[in-house]
Amino acid sequence: MYKILKAEKLADKIYLMDVEAPRVAKHCEPGQFVIVKMDEKGERIPLTICDYDREAGTITIVFQEIGASTMKMSKMIAGDYFRDFIGPLGRPSDFVEEDLETLKNKKMLFVAGGVGAAPVYPQVKWLKEHGVEVDVIVGSKTKDMLILEKKMNEVAGNYYPCTDDGTYGHAGMVTTKIEKLVEEGNKYDVCIAIGPMIMMKFTCLLTKKLEIPTIVSMNPIMVDGTGMCGACRVIVGGEVKFACVDGPEFDGHLVDFDNAMKRQQMYRTEEGRAILKVQEGDTHHGGCGNCGGDN
Amino acid sequence: MADVLKRIPVREQDAKERATNFEEVCYGYNKEEAMEEAARCLNCKNAKCIEGCPVSINIPGFISQVKEGNIEEAYKVIGESSALPAICGRVCPQESQCECKCIRGIKGDPVSIGKLERFVADYALENDIKPVKAEKTNGHKVAVIGSGPSGLTCAGDLAKLGYEVTVFEALHELGGVLVYGIPEFRLPKHKVVKKEIEKVKELGVKFETNVVIGKSTTIDQLMEEEDFEAVFIGSGAGLPMFMGIPGETANGVFSANEYLTRSNLMKAFDDSYDTPIVAGKKVAVVGGGNVAMDAARTALRLGAEVHIVYRRSEAELPARVEEVHHAKEEGVIFDLLTNPKEILVDDNGWVKGMKVIKMELGEPDASGRRRPVEVPGSEYEIELDTVIMSLGTSPNPLIASTTKGLETNRRKCIVAEEENGQTSKAAVFAGGDAVTGAATVILAMGAGKAGAKGIHELLSK
Repeated sequence: MYKILKAEKLADKIYLMDVEAPRVAKHCEPGQFVIVKMDEKGERIPLTICDYDREAGTITIVFQEIGASTMKMSKMIAGDYFRDFIGPLGRPSDFVEEDLETLKNKKMLFVAGGVGAAPVYPQVKWLKEHGVEVDVIVGSKTKDMLILEKKMNEVAGNYYPCTDDGTYGHAGMVTTKIEKLVEEGNKYDVCIAIGPMIMMKFTCLLTKKLEIPTIVSMNPIMVDGTGMCGACRVIVGGEVKFACVDGPEFDGHLVDFDNAMKRQQMYRTEEGRAILKVQEGDTHHGGCGNCGGDN
Repeated sequence: MADVLKRIPVREQDAKERATNFEEVCYGYNKEEAMEEAARCLNCKNAKCIEGCPVSINIPGFISQVKEGNIEEAYKVIGESSALPAICGRVCPQESQCECKCIRGIKGDPVSIGKLERFVADYALENDIKPVKAEKTNGHKVAVIGSGPSGLTCAGDLAKLGYEVTVFEALHELGGVLVYGIPEFRLPKHKVVKKEIEKVKELGVKFETNVVIGKSTTIDQLMEEEDFEAVFIGSGAGLPMFMGIPGETANGVFSANEYLTRSNLMKAFDDSYDTPIVAGKKVAVVGGGNVAMDAARTALRLGAEVHIVYRRSEAELPARVEEVHHAKEEGVIFDLLTNPKEILVDDNGWVKGMKVIKMELGEPDASGRRRPVEVPGSEYEIELDTVIMSLGTSPNPLIASTTKGLETNRRKCIVAEEENGQTSKAAVFAGGDAVTGAATVILAMGAGKAGAKGIHELLSK
C-alpha cells in the first residue's frame, strides 16, 4: 500500500498528489513514468512522474480526469492509499546520459500542452540543477487551465505561457509561438514536445519544416508497462516499438501519429460506458446508447 | 470390477455449459475415485514414471498412500519433491512426462498420475495441511527475482533449509504465468494459486510486489545495499513476438499476453473490475501452443466465434492433447495448414479481416518436423474483427542489461549451468524460462530446485 501524503486540485479536472513510494523515488529519472492501481478491482493506469524527493521517498503525480478510473482517483484524499504503485518505468530522457558540457552548449526548447506540463517539469528542473537553462512554452485552453506555472517559471530560462482563447500570455496554439520564436531569430538544436497526441503531431509537422530535431513522449494505452504485452506498441520509423520499454520518448519525426491516435480510441465505447456507470451510479439504466442498461 | 486397462474417468463440466463461463472445466477425482485409480498402479520397483517427472516425485510412493486412503501421508511424499502440486497436477503435460513412461500405458491407459497428484494437493488445500517449516533461520539472506513457478519453488526450498528469502515481483499479484497467463477455467486463482502461494508464505518467505528489477532497483544494488548474499533469477520469458506482417498495429490485434493478462490478471471478463477487454465477434488466434488454446477458449467464453490459425497440421500442434480436445469440444474451429500474410484494416483503423495462404508439409527441417511451405496461388481472405497473436515469447532483456557481468546467449536467454543454476556472475543463479526460453511449469520448478541447491552449496560452505 502506498500512502497519499498530499492531494490538491490544480485546475478544472487536473489534480496533483504526493505519494509515498521510496523505491521509485530513489531510482527515478526525468522522462520516466509510474503505473498506479487504485484498489483490488481497479485498472493499471500509466502516469508520468512530475517530481520526486529522494530524501522523503515521495513521488509527485499529476493527472487529468478523462475517464472512469481517473474520475474515481480524483476523489482520493491525503491519507488514502493506492493499492499498487509501480516504477520507475520506461527509459529516462536521453540528456540524463549526455555529457554536461555538450548539453550546456545546446539550445533546447520544451513545448508542453495541457497536463503535459507535468512531465516537462522534472526535465526542465533536472537541467536547471545541472546548470542548463532552457526555453519553455506551455500551452493551455484558458488561463484557468494553466498548471504548475510558478514552479515552471522558477526553473525555466525563458518561460512562454500560451492560451488558445488569449486570456493569458501568447494568444494561440503552441505551434504559432514556436514559429514566432524562430522568426525572432531563436535557433534551437532540439525540441522536446509533450502533450496530447494531436499537439505533438502538429508540433512535429512544424519542427520538421523548421529542421529542429524533436523528441516526443508517447502516451498509448498500457497494461503492464514492463514490456510483456505490447498493448502500447507504436510505429517509429516503420518499426514496431513498445512505448513502455523502448520509450516513452521517441524521435517525433519518425512516429506514426495517425496510427497512434487510432489505437488510443480502441476502448472508447467501453470507456464511455464506464464513465456513465461512475457518474450515474445506481441510477444508470441505459440511455447512453451503448450498454442497454446496467444489467 | 472395473476394467484395469482403463483409467477411472474424471468428472468434467459439460462442454456446452462451460463454453459460456470461466469455472474450472475439470472437477477432479473424489476420494473413492482416487483410491480406485490408485489401485491400478503396479508399484513398480524400477519405476519409470519417476524418470519422466522433471522433479522426480516418488510417484509409486505417494500413490500407494492414496490407495490406502492416507491422503495426508501422500501429500508429505509429494512435498519432498514439489512445492506446487495443485498446480502441476493441473497444468503439466503428463502425457509426455510421467504418464508416458507408465507400464500400464503399454496395454491400456497409463495411471492418471496428474489427476491423483491434483487430488492429493486439493485435499491438502481444503483441509489446511501445513508444509513442514524450518526450525530456525540460518541468517543468510537470499533474493529471488520473479514469483512464477521457478521462483516460488526456489524460495520454498531455501526457506525449508532456514534461509531468509525475499521474492521480488514486478506485477501487483504473485504467481507469474500462473496468474496472468493460464486462465481461470484451467487453474482457479483464488481456490488454488493463492492458497498454494500462502503455503510458501507459511514457510517464512517474504514477498514484495510492484518491484521491477532493473528499474525499481537492480541486482547489484540488492547485493551491495540490501545485504543479499545470493540471488536467484526466475524472471521468465514474457516478451511477446509479433509476425511483422502489414496491419499488425491495427485496433483489434492483440498479443496473447495482453489478451490473457486483461482477462486473467485484471479480470476484464468480470464487469465489476475496471479493465476493459474487446471481446470480438469473430476472432482468429494465430499459433498452436497452449497459450493459443488458452486465448481461443477465453475469447470463446467472451462470446466470439473463434478460429485457431496454424501453419502446420494437427499432429504438429504443440499444445497439450487434452487442451486441444477441450477446445474442440467447446466449439473452437481449427484452420490448419494456414498462415497469415496480412491483416486487413478498415478506415477507422480496425481489423476487418485477414489474408491467409494455404500451406503443405514439405521436407523435415533441423528440428525433425516437416517444414510448412506455401501453396502458390492459394491465398484467400477471411472476415474478422479480432486477431490474437500467439507466436511464443522470449526473455525480457531488462534484467540482463542492468546486471554487470551477466552473460546471455543470442536468444537473450541467461546462460546458467543446468545442475545448479550458476550464471556467469558470482552468487547469481538463474532458472526457468529466463534460461530456457518459454517451456513448462514443471521444468521451471525443476530449475528452481536446482537453483536452491546451488545457492545452498555456495552459502553453506
